[in-house]
Amino acid sequence: MAMPVRELELDLEAFEGPFDLLLALVLRDELDLGEVDVAGIVLAFLERLAEREELDLDACGEFLVLVAALLELKARALLTGEETDLEDLDPAEAAAELARRLADYRRIKEAAAWLVDRLDEESDRYFRLGPAPLAPKVERQLAPQDPAELATVIRALTAEPPAVSLAHLELRFPPVEQFLGRFRSLLARRTRFDFDTEVHQLTRVEQAVAFLALLELRKAGEIELSQAAPFAPIRVQRNAETKTERNPSWTARSA
Amino acid sequence: MDRPLRLVAANPLDRLARTLEALLVVASQPLSVAELSEAAAEDGERVEMALGLLTERFQEGRSGIVLEQVAGGWAFRASREAAEACGRMFERPVERGLSQAAMETLAVIAYLGPCSRPEIARLRGVAADSVVAGLVERGLIAEAGREEGGAVRYRTTPLFERVFGLESLSVLPRLDDLGDADDIRDRLEQLAEKRPA
Repeated sequence: MAMPVRELELDLEAFEGPFDLLLALVLRDELDLGEVDVAGIVLAFLERLAEREELDLDACGEFLVLVAALLELKARALLTGEETDLEDLDPAEAAAELARRLADYRRIKEAAAWLVDRLDEESDRYFRLGPAPLAPKVERQLAPQDPAELATVIRALTAEPPAVSLAHLELRFPPVEQFLGRFRSLLARRTRFDFDTEVHQLTRVEQAVAFLALLELRKAGEIELSQAAPFAPIRVQRNAETKTERNPSWTARSA
Repeated sequence: MDRPLRLVAANPLDRLARTLEALLVVASQPLSVAELSEAAAEDGERVEMALGLLTERFQEGRSGIVLEQVAGGWAFRASREAAEACGRMFERPVERGLSQAAMETLAVIAYLGPCSRPEIARLRGVAADSVVAGLVERGLIAEAGREEGGAVRYRTTPLFERVFGLESLSVLPRLDDLGDADDIRDRLEQLAEKRPA
């Protein structure tokens, strides 16, 4: 039975799966041939071949053709994009260059193998690990300070702060009665007056209290208020029935 | 009667050795002779003599702590006989699971560095980007300037030397001296022998 070359199972670093899938991926440019270890493919094939009793010449022939094609593709891929355009070299020179590079690579592989052995030998050396070498070095950014100066600054901070004055919060309200009396005596002499004219000499707080007194009088029905328009002067008029109405009720309540 | 007294109490080299011991315990990475002599305010020659005393005192089989010359300096480490116990308590994350590609890239940078990713790719025949990034992350290599073309160049770090137990990069064997064993050829020959003629 012929050995199916294309179904050869591969287990490479860059690819794992059947050979024909690898070929398909390479031809569709979905796998960079530069990353494929062709020697690994050859070894996988030879190992499979070794498992068999007789030499399968058909399989070998097919494999040779495929691998040769792969190698050519890979060689081209490796030689492109160089400062010295190796594709322009004659085949012998290009081959020599490629051989030189393969020799370099082989030495690197040997160096890597040496490192692997070394790591194995040294795996029983435990040591304390500092911060990663890439971590930025901690640098002291502060300029040197004079301790005496520091003490002065701290002493200033610990000093008792001056007591906060609440004087500005205390509003002194004159009693409303004061204005009630004042407006009543005014109305005893005149039947009407202009509120704004009466209070415009007073402070803001006094004006407010005077206005409360006005509302108080209005509530008691002693006066009537009128204003021609918003913000126009407030006119205060004595209520004609004040005296007669207010006094009996007052008498009645206190009786 | 006063001879042992003089040896113990009045030997200034011994006192310097104790100072160095303290510095090395505090340090998290190897300290060079220059660094040690600066911190101890002593000249390099005496520091080296004192280090000689310490090397004798802290050696395998005599102490659980071993003084070693590594990564261009001096550092304490655990003795090898305590490795199993250390392994139960601590990991060695820096070198765990380094792939073949990573080892080859490390070899390129250790031998030919500083070198850039394109240079590494040219030598290995495969792209090196992710491998290089992984090695940087582990702290085994670090950036070391740029090429004229602008590509970043990399070099191995002191941590690399420490993990691999190298006194410096100069103790790496010469590439030419490395065994001529050709892995692929070996395996091909083995296969050939297995095949019936």
